[in-house]
Amino acid sequence: MSNPQQLRYSKEHEWLSAAEEGVSTVGITEHAANALGDVVYVQLPEVGSTVTAGESCGELESTKSVSDLYAPVHGEIVEINEDVVNDPSLVNSAPFEGGWLFKVKMSDEPAELLTADEYAAFITE
Amino acid sequence: MTDAPRRTALDATHRALGATMTDFAGWDMPLRYGSERDEHVAVRSRAGLFDLSHMGEITVTGPQAADLLDFALVGNIGGVKTGRARYTMICNAEGGILDDLIVYRLADQEYMVVANASNAQVVLDALTARGGGFDAVVRDDRDAYALLAVQGPESPGILEKLTDADLDGLKYYAGLPGTVAGVEALIARTGYTGEDGFELFVRPADAVALWEALTEAGKDVGLVPCGLSCRDTLRLEAGMPLYGHELTTAITPFDAGLGRVVKFEKTTNNGDFVGRAALEVAAERAEAAPPRKLVGLIAQGRRVPRAGYPVVSADGTVIGEVTSGAPSPTLGRPIAIAYVDAAYATPGTEGVHVDIRGSHEPYEVIALPFYKRQK
Repeated sequence: MSNPQQLRYSKEHEWLSAAEEGVSTVGITEHAANALGDVVYVQLPEVGSTVTAGESCGELESTKSVSDLYAPVHGEIVEINEDVVNDPSLVNSAPFEGGWLFKVKMSDEPAELLTADEYAAFITE
Repeated sequence: MTDAPRRTALDATHRALGATMTDFAGWDMPLRYGSERDEHVAVRSRAGLFDLSHMGEITVTGPQAADLLDFALVGNIGGVKTGRARYTMICNAEGGILDDLIVYRLADQEYMVVANASNAQVVLDALTARGGGFDAVVRDDRDAYALLAVQGPESPGILEKLTDADLDGLKYYAGLPGTVAGVEALIARTGYTGEDGFELFVRPADAVALWEALTEAGKDVGLVPCGLSCRDTLRLEAGMPLYGHELTTAITPFDAGLGRVVKFEKTTNNGDFVGRAALEVAAERAEAAPPRKLVGLIAQGRRVPRAGYPVVSADGTVIGEVTSGAPSPTLGRPIAIAYVDAAYATPGTEGVHVDIRGSHEPYEVIALPFYKRQK
């Protein structure tokens, strides 16, 4: 499993892309997707809503469990991935690509995010 | 439980296959190898291979083995023919379910009782205590067996390649001693998936060789290794109860809609058995005024009900509780088994919802099971 170098990571296992005009894409990591098992339902924040770093902004349900989705940064939701709502298995099959969850316009610089190497070390702790 | 989880004879095999492991009833067991949905679909359409070595085997032998079991269990065990098996239960004096069991009659004076891993010690202790006055021996055989299951429509073809045993003559809920891939096995046509299939009780030392032979024999027809996660969704679709969920000591077999396993008309021990008086009361109550009934629920939406979630009416009154829930790969929707007030238990009852973390999601009430295989 490799975590793309260009992304940054939260300890709640979300990834965040580098901002383009202040907007970053957010998803969950392959490590998290594997731990969940088959994802069968995703509930995403509404477009236009404001999310707070470290707070729950949605849910991911798998066969065995339901998990909170945490916002890795403060900001406003500008787009959600309708494809993943319709086909949650994208979270498992392409967590870093087609399985992205939402795009957020950051209101602050993110604080405690990890690099790919730091995240790799974190999940093997 | 503070002890390190026990590992089955196939532990290294599971790890080599990349299984995600889970602690289950004190055992380190494979939860899934890849996608649990793919494993589920494989069992419904082709075949799956399971390690079920956590199940608890107890052997009862002796001239009064049948009498002991007739007294200790709710079923008519003396009436089981040699080579056949019976689904039954063991209850406490109050009629509460201690465990559900499969009992195999291996010989005239020899039975094998298979208990759930979580209850094996309870069952062993109860059989030992209840067997005090009988000319029979209760033996803990948990370490004597590994258990492999091959389940799914392709399973007879797979097994046929590896054994000379008469599989055509082996009916559902029958078991016979034989040789599979050169390994001595008790071959039983039983399972917990709602599909045709076999359970193979073998010496732990033979488990890896048998697993490898089955894997090889099933390769052409798409046999895959399967973990406990898909076993749970398979049994749930088939409407089969799971101890600790649908069945507990607070529930009698009649409350669980399984009163048929209780046989009052036993001829041994003057008809007496542990729990009899309480079960007679429970039988009348279930007939006249059932408190709650076990039903199936199918979601209209996509959020998944989980054990313990309240079932509510249209006005939000609690009318029941989910005991098991999961996304159903076969139906493509979330499903649940729930105890609901009798007034809401009729299939098609309107206005039944599950409270999914505060959101009341509409559900359709059905009679179990959700899935029945075409024979």
